[in-house]
Amino acid sequence: MDKGISELLADPSRKMNAEELAVLAAVFRGKMFEILHQRGTGHWGGASSCAELITSLYFNRLNIKADCPEWEDRDRFILSKGHASVNLYTVMAYRGFFSTGMLPEFRTLGSCLQGHPCMTKLKGVDMSTGALGHGISVGLGMALAARIAHRNYWTYVLTGEGCLDEGSSWEALMAASKYKPEHLVLMIDYNKVQLDGTEDEIMPLEPLDDKLRAFGWNVCPYGLDGNNTSDILRSFEWMDEEGSWPKAVIYNTVKGKGVSFTEGDHKWHGAVITDDAFEKGIVELNADIVSKEAAL
Amino acid sequence: MSEAMRDAWGMALVSYGEEHPELVVLDADVSSSTKSRLFGERYPERFFNLGVAEGNMVGTAAGLATAGFHPVVNAFAIFLALKASDQIRNDICYNSLPVVIAGAYGGLSDSFDGASHQSIADIAIMRAFPNMQVIVPADAGQAEAALAYAMVQHGPVYVRLNRNAMPDLPFSADFAKGKAICCRKGSDVTIAANGITASLAMEAAEKLSKDGIEAEVLSVPFVKPLDVDGLAGSVVKTGRILTVEEHNLIGGFSGAVSEAFMKKDICCRFDSIGIEDRFTETGPYLPLLAAYGISSEHIAKRATALCK
Repeated sequence: MDKGISELLADPSRKMNAEELAVLAAVFRGKMFEILHQRGTGHWGGASSCAELITSLYFNRLNIKADCPEWEDRDRFILSKGHASVNLYTVMAYRGFFSTGMLPEFRTLGSCLQGHPCMTKLKGVDMSTGALGHGISVGLGMALAARIAHRNYWTYVLTGEGCLDEGSSWEALMAASKYKPEHLVLMIDYNKVQLDGTEDEIMPLEPLDDKLRAFGWNVCPYGLDGNNTSDILRSFEWMDEEGSWPKAVIYNTVKGKGVSFTEGDHKWHGAVITDDAFEKGIVELNADIVSKEAAL
Repeated sequence: MSEAMRDAWGMALVSYGEEHPELVVLDADVSSSTKSRLFGERYPERFFNLGVAEGNMVGTAAGLATAGFHPVVNAFAIFLALKASDQIRNDICYNSLPVVIAGAYGGLSDSFDGASHQSIADIAIMRAFPNMQVIVPADAGQAEAALAYAMVQHGPVYVRLNRNAMPDLPFSADFAKGKAICCRKGSDVTIAANGITASLAMEAAEKLSKDGIEAEVLSVPFVKPLDVDGLAGSVVKTGRILTVEEHNLIGGFSGAVSEAFMKKDICCRFDSIGIEDRFTETGPYLPLLAAYGISSEHIAKRATALCK
């Protein structure tokens, strides 16, 4: 167990508060940066932007059993933006799904930590992802399954802009508003930067909230900072309070969050983290951990 | 002339729905054509018409399959193979999920709608996906048997269905074992026919017999896994094989047979009938097939040439 968060993680199934989640997300972000540097492959930009989102889901929200990952009534989570796999793996490891000692195996031959998440290689991954634009469809299927099997689990789909460029996402949005399955939530990691450039340059999505509403979704009306755990917990409360389905939440985030020279820069979507970049970046990430711990 | 495969398929879905609560059926706004509508009328809570959006339909089926259901997705073969191939590959095959992909109007059977609707690359695409099994039934009975087979599999199965009523073949229990079905014994040439071409091959064999050539006719619905031993057993006798299919000759049934024979050192004279790498056109079904060499006359002619 990493020094500093061992106390927090004494019982990883405990529902954590915003301050605790902020510490964990900062620690996990540093861990991701370290893994990606060591491996020399992976996606820093889009993994970093959703560190708080995935951490908050696994340590506050999801009804799951790390020691029984195939429990039928578990909440489902689909990382539709599968290139953020290092984020999912890091959070899952610290949540107890597998040993944190396995994390350095990321993207190595024979590892269950495939380049993009693979449900047949790693128990606890609810859907293999990587080809963008599939998650909402799969989530719709899982949510419909809950309805016809009379189960009460929730299904959460996390997408980025790339997923929403794909037409199949909009097919799924239409279909979900037709069938209105209970407990289907779309969470959008809206960092507004894609692989080739900014969203405005590549494929403008605005007005995104209006588009989602026009497709029949109940969109969270709050302006939310997806890198702020208090805002994320506020969105969770909205999900519980709002009765109309299906629901979407747009979280404004920063690509490459936590390292000043990577923030908002599309070149860090999947660039190799060099030794020099690592040495500079890890100082900032560690400082963030210290500052978040001080707020506990 | 028998019942059309699609009618048999629709009725079989209804029949399965009774005893199999895990069966869910999805369609992409062609349920009156695929006949999946029959299931929807009987079991509306387990039927989802997702509109003209094949990719989303397959992704939705994947989600249902992860939660213990056994979905059957229905649409035209060409649109499943081409528009939904990403979801079929990445959501269904990669995870080896138990989903039946039912490709309606396979081959040239949507004859009057023309090349945009005629499916001559689906077998090549589907058999290239790991974990996918590929079945091309020859008649209504084989279509029903294909559903029975697919519903007890733990992974994905592609079933290519035909639009039109075609002659029945004798029923064989070999289908359930994935075997090539021997429809006619012979010693001079093996005609291995995929899908509805089996009935044309049977007609051709009668013509050949009058000329003193005894053809062994095999109906081979399973393109993958392929019954190589069954084919080889016939070829050992005849020394010649003529494959027949309603598909582009690139990547389809003849490709599967030749790949398997090469790997197993099975040497014989070999010819193949199918679409010669070209787009097809509009017309009545049987004349359209004949225009591309898929007719009993042409099969007999090519088999005769192979025997010289």
